[in-house]
Amino acid sequence: MDWLTRRPTLRLTGSVNVVSTAKSCTRLRTTLAAVGVLAVLLVTGCADDRAEPPGADDGTGGELTVFAAASLTESFTRIGQDFQAAHGVRVTFSFAGSSTLAAQINQGAPADVFAAAAPAPMATVVDAGNAADEPVTFVRNQLVIAVPKGNPDGVTSLRDLTGPDRKVALCAEQVPCGAAARAALDAAGVALTPVTLEQDVRAALAKVRLGEVDAALVYRTDARAAAAEIDGVEFPESVEAINDYPIVVLTDATNPAAARAFVEYVRSDPGRAVLTSAGFQVP
Amino acid sequence: MPARRIGRARRVPVALLLPAAIGLLFLLLPLVGLLARTPWATLPQRLTEPGVLTALRLSVQTATLATLLCLVLGVPLAWLLARVPFPGRRLVRALVTVPLVLPPVVGGVALLLVFGRRGLVGSWLDETFGITVPFSTTAVVLAQTFVAMPFLIIAVEGALRGADTRYEEAAATLGAGRWVTFTHVTLPMVAPGVAAGAVLGWARALGEFGATITFAGNYPGRTQTMPVAVYLALETDLEAAIVLSLVLLAVSVVILASLRDRWVSAP
Repeated sequence: MDWLTRRPTLRLTGSVNVVSTAKSCTRLRTTLAAVGVLAVLLVTGCADDRAEPPGADDGTGGELTVFAAASLTESFTRIGQDFQAAHGVRVTFSFAGSSTLAAQINQGAPADVFAAAAPAPMATVVDAGNAADEPVTFVRNQLVIAVPKGNPDGVTSLRDLTGPDRKVALCAEQVPCGAAARAALDAAGVALTPVTLEQDVRAALAKVRLGEVDAALVYRTDARAAAAEIDGVEFPESVEAINDYPIVVLTDATNPAAARAFVEYVRSDPGRAVLTSAGFQVP
Repeated sequence: MPARRIGRARRVPVALLLPAAIGLLFLLLPLVGLLARTPWATLPQRLTEPGVLTALRLSVQTATLATLLCLVLGVPLAWLLARVPFPGRRLVRALVTVPLVLPPVVGGVALLLVFGRRGLVGSWLDETFGITVPFSTTAVVLAQTFVAMPFLIIAVEGALRGADTRYEEAAATLGAGRWVTFTHVTLPMVAPGVAAGAVLGWARALGEFGATITFAGNYPGRTQTMPVAVYLALETDLEAAIVLSLVLLAVSVVILASLRDRWVSAP
């Protein structure tokens, strides 16, 4: 690719030029650094609603790495703190889309526990021989219609989302919330053309929060987590698209005892209390 | 001939050759990884799936439009930065590189805050003309232009600063105005730099993902470009994602190689 860097011949006409170039380079570098710091600040500022703790640890000693679906972010962070207080094990989370996490686990990412937002991504982990036990369903989640605070368009059902002027965001069908949305819309017999098919439920919700769409189909828990800015409208067809959340200890767990204790804690009364207050249903 | 080649190879210092070889390996190994996992048997069938061609066409079209927009706006900006001393020039030069340091997803959010329905400019566009930018092909082009333009500006500005200004001065003494000097002397002189910048910008636009999915969303045929399609395919089917990536790679290599022969390598 030598042609990319080919430039007209550079001729230095005097030493003054060189000095001034070097000086302006230093200043440019300082300014660039300032811009970089600004960007970092911006990113940190924007990261708090996704609250993604640092990645996997080596798992030695009192460490536990849990890969959990993005919709579990708030409740698992709480449960992790409670679990650490009760058992003295430091829990590190990696929150992302279930399918992404499943792919990472199957490619050898170091994790002790996997909690998915749907059975399908869990199945790929089980099929790859990466699950130590049989996965168990620990919560269920249902869809609601997320609308801006105060429900300005008066949305009460899925049918209210159709119409030429309505901008609706759905999840892509490749991710669990999209598959659930498709099932609910089919059950209601509603034909809906969304303006966008988002890559995960939080992205769909963000479009409502930013005011770019009038509504989105998201999980009840996501709507509750963003209750300050949006309202969640319940609709009857959501029972046709209930999502089971399975959890399992992984074969490559570096801390299997702590991993089993964590799964048990999630299914215990204190764990369930956190999950139900976030809007999950307990099976 | 072989003897001469060996003789020349011996003169390459190991201190340069070794890191160069490691660097090349590092850049090429991921490609080998993709090729190793490619499902060659089902390749033709996967390639003819309807979504693939739609996403590819959209990607090439939007990246080309974005590159044109970068050229129209970026070359004059690069010229201004290189040739016209004005107060705060260093700051402007640094600000131009903001899209480079900004994570593309943040860039997408920033674009929404400006061109979105509630955005600074977008709310005016919506109320006055009834135009909504997000979730449209226009939004894809804007997102790509935003991330690609710094590449073009840096390349062109570098070429301008490296070019000998005495030719421009000579043109001026012969009576040419600044515009004529720019079009007849400066531009031809820095053409390789402009071409290199355009190619870099096009490649960056073609691979753009974060700002696009945030600002333009994802809808097949309208805003689903190849990188977005790859990301969603990755959710369910690794092999489909690999096939899509290879298609994108092959198309960009073919286009870049043919451009190189036509424009850049000429004399």
